Amino acid sequence: MKKLIIALAATAAALCSTVPGAQAADKTKVCFVYVGTKTDGGWTQAHDLGRQELQKALGDKIETPYLESVPEGPDAERAIERMARSGCAVVFATSFGFMDATVKVAQKFPNVKFEHATGYKAAPNLATYNSRFYEGRYILGQIAAKMSKKGVAGYIASFPIPEVVMGINAFELGAKSVNPNFKLKVVWANTWFDPGKEADAAKALIDQGVDILTQHTDTTAPMQVAAERGIYAFGQASDMIAAGPKTQLTAIVDTWGAYYIKRTKALLDGTWKSEQIWDGLKDGILTMAPYTNMPDDVKAMAEETEAKIKSGELHPFTGPINKQDGTPWLKAGEKADDGTLLGMNFYVEGVDDKLPK
Amino acid sequence: MIEAILLTIITAATPLVIAAMGELVTERAGVLNLGVEGMMIMGAVCAFAGAQLTGLPLVGLVAGIVGGALFSLLFGFLTLTLVTNQVATGLALTLLGLGLSGQLGEAFVGIPGVKLAPIVIPVLSDIPVVGPLLFRQDITFYLSIALVIGVNWFLFRSRTGLKLRAIGDNHGSAHALGISVIRTRYLAVMFGGACAGLAGAQLSLVYTPQWVENMSAGRGWIALALVVFASWRPWRVLAGGYIFGAVGILQLHAQAFGIGVPSQFLSMLPYAVTIVVLIIISHNRRTTLINTPACLGKPFVPDR
Repeated sequence: MKKLIIALAATAAALCSTVPGAQAADKTKVCFVYVGTKTDGGWTQAHDLGRQELQKALGDKIETPYLESVPEGPDAERAIERMARSGCAVVFATSFGFMDATVKVAQKFPNVKFEHATGYKAAPNLATYNSRFYEGRYILGQIAAKMSKKGVAGYIASFPIPEVVMGINAFELGAKSVNPNFKLKVVWANTWFDPGKEADAAKALIDQGVDILTQHTDTTAPMQVAAERGIYAFGQASDMIAAGPKTQLTAIVDTWGAYYIKRTKALLDGTWKSEQIWDGLKDGILTMAPYTNMPDDVKAMAEETEAKIKSGELHPFTGPINKQDGTPWLKAGEKADDGTLLGMNFYVEGVDDKLPK
Repeated sequence: MIEAILLTIITAATPLVIAAMGELVTERAGVLNLGVEGMMIMGAVCAFAGAQLTGLPLVGLVAGIVGGALFSLLFGFLTLTLVTNQVATGLALTLLGLGLSGQLGEAFVGIPGVKLAPIVIPVLSDIPVVGPLLFRQDITFYLSIALVIGVNWFLFRSRTGLKLRAIGDNHGSAHALGISVIRTRYLAVMFGGACAGLAGAQLSLVYTPQWVENMSAGRGWIALALVVFASWRPWRVLAGGYIFGAVGILQLHAQAFGIGVPSQFLSMLPYAVTIVVLIIISHNRRTTLINTPACLGKPFVPDR
């Protein structure tokens, strides 16, 4: 009898451990944790396209489970830990707000590799990867200054983190390189994903007189409002041209696929190392959607700037640059170092907003 | 400018008022349905699908209402017929709705939606300021106001409404009097579902005419909270919905205007102000107790 019970228990245990990932034995699990839904049309969709590319490229060796709509905060830790516990070899945590949660889970699971997007905290088993979105936003700013009749753009921001602040500054600097008096109004939606609220923010900005809209939130709702009100806008994270065929000037498109493939190959080869990667336009981790709805000279300017950034000739954060209150930050010709950019917590001159602390 | 702000406020408040009116009736009948968010998102996806497939936003609107009502029927069957725990079932309904809508809506992601056209009411719409605000709206706004008036009349002026409240206050006595508790509750639950579905349809056909997974983004929960803070009174729900909508929009304008108050504080304001105002208007504890359905959330099994 006792033997039977042990046998039963063993069978049950075996069943339990094999059923959830029937193929887990021979395939490496490369896992993803998303902050939004994979079809949000923006940020998370870009990551999921990267995952699909990865699956296509290495599908015979790996499987790519993912968790969607994981809120930032305590829930994130639980979700990431669940992924780590379920036998993932590497977990890609794809939102800034997952940073502390990823750090904690990485400590608990030293044998699992972690990769955190857009953060700055690393560990031997925790790499970070990021894209120099500000390069794209500088181009957006230049286009905005050319296309805006009133010289005021509206910026729908999510949370006051360095990534977003850096983007706002880059946009303003790009705009000022064309029109020194260009103004930027900022509205903090305090969310990454809420179509209604993003639309409300867009309407508020337009009602206050901006005639170009750009966003650092994840859905196409602001683009739609811009289309309805007949002004121009920029897409974010994914090409949003479908939401505004006559509205979108261009978009910053995140193309994570190549990075995911590179890192997964390194993992399979055993050459994975914790690195802090910050690639930009020249590496193809970030691309510009086609320049549409603008005159040829504006398009030519945008293409020229893009080429200069790619060749390294132009760094958007090159002095002379003053801080918002007029105090000097960078001397003429001086370039901002990556550390300052990644911890950016101040505005440059010309941004018409008070930075939330 | 003020007109533009008010228009935005109306769009933001309408789904909250509609969904909350439905939940108010459900709760007055003694059933606590925490699945408003799930029913709302189901309404949104059904409405969007209906409008896309037929090209007629009005068909979408009806599809949203029907979708919400059918989805709530599941809740009704579980809690009323099988007598499952209402809180747990409601939460499950929300989770199911969010997942199922994502699945159903997969084909509709990224497609530009069709917007429900406004209905211009002759003569009245020519009144300055008020006209464009109140009489050039889409049908969901008119329905939201009709709902508040209708539900208020139904609950406090009609015999059936009295019976419904009796069931919510004491289902045992109501049953003893020969009122059909289960049947009334089924209808109340479905009314709640239909309203949540209509609110969802407003989201995907008026507010942001597109389908994105999760697009209700917590509005169902706000509607639920409004019902409680309004102490189950229709007019207070209307007031609460508009206060919430107004403060939410005004804080965005305050930011764009650059008044220099931290945005986190401003983002918190709609919640804080709505709670404070509704606490003040329902400060009288005795009337609040009278308005609270005494059998809210309690299971009922008729003894035969």
